[in-house]
Amino acid sequence: MKNNSTGVVENPWRRLREFTDARIGLGRAGVSLPTKELLEFQLSHARARDAVHFPLDCDGLITAIEDSEVINSRVSDIHRVHSRASDRMEYLQRPDLGRRLNEHSRSLLQHDISSPESSVSSEHDLGIVIVDGLSSLAVQQNIVPFLETLLPQLNEYSLAPITMVEQGRVAVGDEVGELLNARCVIVLIGERPGLSSPDSLGLYLTYQPHVGLTDAARNCISNIRPAGLSYAEAARRTQYLLDESRQLKLSGVNLKDRTQDDVIATVSGNKNFLIS
Amino acid sequence: MKYSYTAGQQTWHFENLAEVMAKATPARSGDRLAGVIARSAEERVIAQMVLADVPLKQFLNEALVPYEDDEVTRLIIDEHDAQSFSAISHLTVGDFRNWLLSDMATPEVLEGVRAGITPEMAAAVSKIMRNQDLILVAKKCYVKTAFRNTIGLPGHLSTRLQPNHPTDDVNGIAASILDGLLYGNGDAVIGINPATDNVAQAIKLMKLMDEVICKYEIPTQSCVLTHVTNTIECIEAGAPVDLVFQSIGGTEATNSSFGFNIATLAEAQDAALSLKRGTVGNNVMYFETGQGSSLSANAHHGLDQQTCEVRAYAVARKFNPLLINTVVGFIGPEYLFDGKEIIRAGLEDHFCAKLLGLPMGCDVCYTNHAEADQNDMDNLLTLLGVAGCSFVMGIPGSDDIMLNYQTTSFHDALYARRVLGSQPAPEFAQWLARMQIMGDAFVLNDALPEAFARSLNALPPVAGQH
Repeated sequence: MKNNSTGVVENPWRRLREFTDARIGLGRAGVSLPTKELLEFQLSHARARDAVHFPLDCDGLITAIEDSEVINSRVSDIHRVHSRASDRMEYLQRPDLGRRLNEHSRSLLQHDISSPESSVSSEHDLGIVIVDGLSSLAVQQNIVPFLETLLPQLNEYSLAPITMVEQGRVAVGDEVGELLNARCVIVLIGERPGLSSPDSLGLYLTYQPHVGLTDAARNCISNIRPAGLSYAEAARRTQYLLDESRQLKLSGVNLKDRTQDDVIATVSGNKNFLIS
Repeated sequence: MKYSYTAGQQTWHFENLAEVMAKATPARSGDRLAGVIARSAEERVIAQMVLADVPLKQFLNEALVPYEDDEVTRLIIDEHDAQSFSAISHLTVGDFRNWLLSDMATPEVLEGVRAGITPEMAAAVSKIMRNQDLILVAKKCYVKTAFRNTIGLPGHLSTRLQPNHPTDDVNGIAASILDGLLYGNGDAVIGINPATDNVAQAIKLMKLMDEVICKYEIPTQSCVLTHVTNTIECIEAGAPVDLVFQSIGGTEATNSSFGFNIATLAEAQDAALSLKRGTVGNNVMYFETGQGSSLSANAHHGLDQQTCEVRAYAVARKFNPLLINTVVGFIGPEYLFDGKEIIRAGLEDHFCAKLLGLPMGCDVCYTNHAEADQNDMDNLLTLLGVAGCSFVMGIPGSDDIMLNYQTTSFHDALYARRVLGSQPAPEFAQWLARMQIMGDAFVLNDALPEAFARSLNALPPVAGQH
C-alpha cells in the first residue's frame, strides 16, 4: 500500500473494481475516508437529493415529446394532471395522496372522454402514464429515448393520449387508465434514486386498471437508464409482457417474465478469486 | 381502567391503553400516516402523563391486540414470567423509568427481571424517556450470544459485513468481502441480501461464504438473508447454513404477510441446530425488524409503529437469536421523516430490545428521499456506540449498490472503535492480529497481509491498469 505525504494509505485491491461497482479500495486517512472519496460520495448524494426534489419540467418534456416524430406519429394528445399531494413535502409523507388524482385532474380526464370530438371516447389497448415519482431526473432524461425505442414495436396497439402526472405514485396509473378506458396501462415513473443511480426509470404494467388494485396486480421492469437496463432490452421485455398480458388477460404475480430465465447461467461461474 | 387527565379547566380523555400509547409517542410521520398521532404537542405530553400513572400490571390485563386474534399476543401473555416480574410488579410506568435509571438497577438485577417485562411495558417506558435515558439504561443491559465467536461483551462492538451485489456475481461479492475483512469488519456475520431470491441462488452464496470462512479460518458466521422457508430447503439440500434469517413484525398479520408464523421459525431453528456448526455457542437465528412494517402491511391494529416494533422482539426472544437488528431508516420518510426521527427510533429500538434481553444491533441507515444525511448517521452511530449497541453494518463506502440505500461503512466502524475504544468479538480480534490486518489501538496494517496478497497476485492483470 502506498503511503503518500499527506498520510493517505491507498489500497492495492482497488483493482477489484473490475468485478463490482461497490465503493471498495477507497483508501484511508488514518481509518477515515480520504478527502477525495468523501467529496465524491457527497456529490453522489447531492445528485440523488436533487433528483428527488427538483420538480419535473413538464412543459419542457411535453415539447420534447411533440418534437419527436416517432412519438408524435403515434400519440394524439398529452394530458397534464396532478395527484392529491399538493407539494413534495406532503408527497413524501403521504403516499396515499400520491396514488390518487385531484378533483380538477379527474374532471379534466372525464370531460375529455365525454367530449364528442374526443379521441378517448372509445376503448384503447394501452395507456401510457408518465409520473415524476421519486426522480424527476429519470423521467426528464429517459422518457423520450425510451418511448422512441418502444413505440415502433407496439404498432398493433391503439394508444390512449399520454398522461403526465405530477407528485404521483405508481398506483395513480390505475385511476388514469380507468378514466381513459384503457385495457392496459404502463406507468413510467422515476424510481427511488440510488447513490450511484439517481436516474433510474421504472415501468409498471397493469391489465384492466382500476382504483384499488395492489402491487400484486402489476409487473415491473426496473432500472431503465443508459448505465442500467438499456432502452432496447427494456422495450423488448415490455413488448413481451404486453403481448402475454393481452393474451392471458391478466397482469401481476400470475404473469411471469420468462425473458430473464437465462440470468443465473450468465454470471461469472461459481468460483471466486479468494478461493481459486 | 379509565384514561383521563384534568389540567386546569380541561379534561382529556383517552379511549384505551392503545390510544394512550400512540398519543404518548414522540412525533413521527408513520403515526401521522396511520392517523394515531397526538393532535397537538400538548396532547402528547398529557398522554405521557397518563401513561406514567399506568401500573405495569395493567399491561397484563389489557392486551393491545386481542389474545384470541393474534399469536404474538398469546406468546407474550403465555410466556410471561411472573416470578421475574415480582420485583417490579408494584411499579407504574413512571416509577419504572425511575427504577431503571436508579442505582438499584444493576446489570445483574436487570438481567433478573427481563423475563417479567413484556414488549408493551418496554415500549411504554421508552415513550417517557429522553434519548440520554435510553442510552444510559441500554448500556446497563448486557446480552451475550455466541456461534463461532462471542457477540455483545461490554466494551465490544461487532459488524455485519454486507457484500451485496446487484447480480450476485461471485467475484463482485468476494471483492467486497475482501475489502471488509481488510478493514477489520465481519465479526457479527458475513451476510448477503441476495439479488435473486431463490433456493439455488442461496445455496450458491452459502457455499461461497463457507469456502472463504474455511480457507482463511475466520472465526465468524455466514448468512444469506433469504426467506426462512428457503433456508429450511437449503438445509434439507445439505447446504452449509450457519444462521437462519427472517424479517419479523409485531403482529401475527404482519408475519403472515411476510409468509411465516412462529411454528415456521421453530422448524427452522431446529433444522439449523441439527447441523451443529457453532463452535463456541448455539445461537443460530438472525432477525431483522423496523418501525413501520406493520402499518406497511396494513396489520397494525390501530397501534403506533413503535409499539408494534417492540412486540416483534417477543417473537425474536423465543428463538435466542445470535443477532437482531432494526433497519431503522430503510423504510422511508413516510414512516420516519428525517434524521431526528430516525435517530430517536434507533435509540428506542436498541433500548427496548436490550431491556428484553436481545442482542440488538442497528442498520444505521437512510434512503435518498429521507431528510437525512451522513452527519445524521454519524450522530446515531456514535450514540448507539455509547449505548453499547451489539453490532452495526459494514459496507464499502456506505453505498449498498443492490438495495440502493446508505448504511454505515467499514471506515465508520473503525471511527467508532477509535473514539469509543470498542473492541471486535475477542475471537475475531485475535484472528485480525494473527492475519496482520489490525493491531492494537485499531491501527491497520499499511502492507497487504500475505494470505490475501497471494489471492490478489493470482489474478490476471487488468487491461489498461498498472
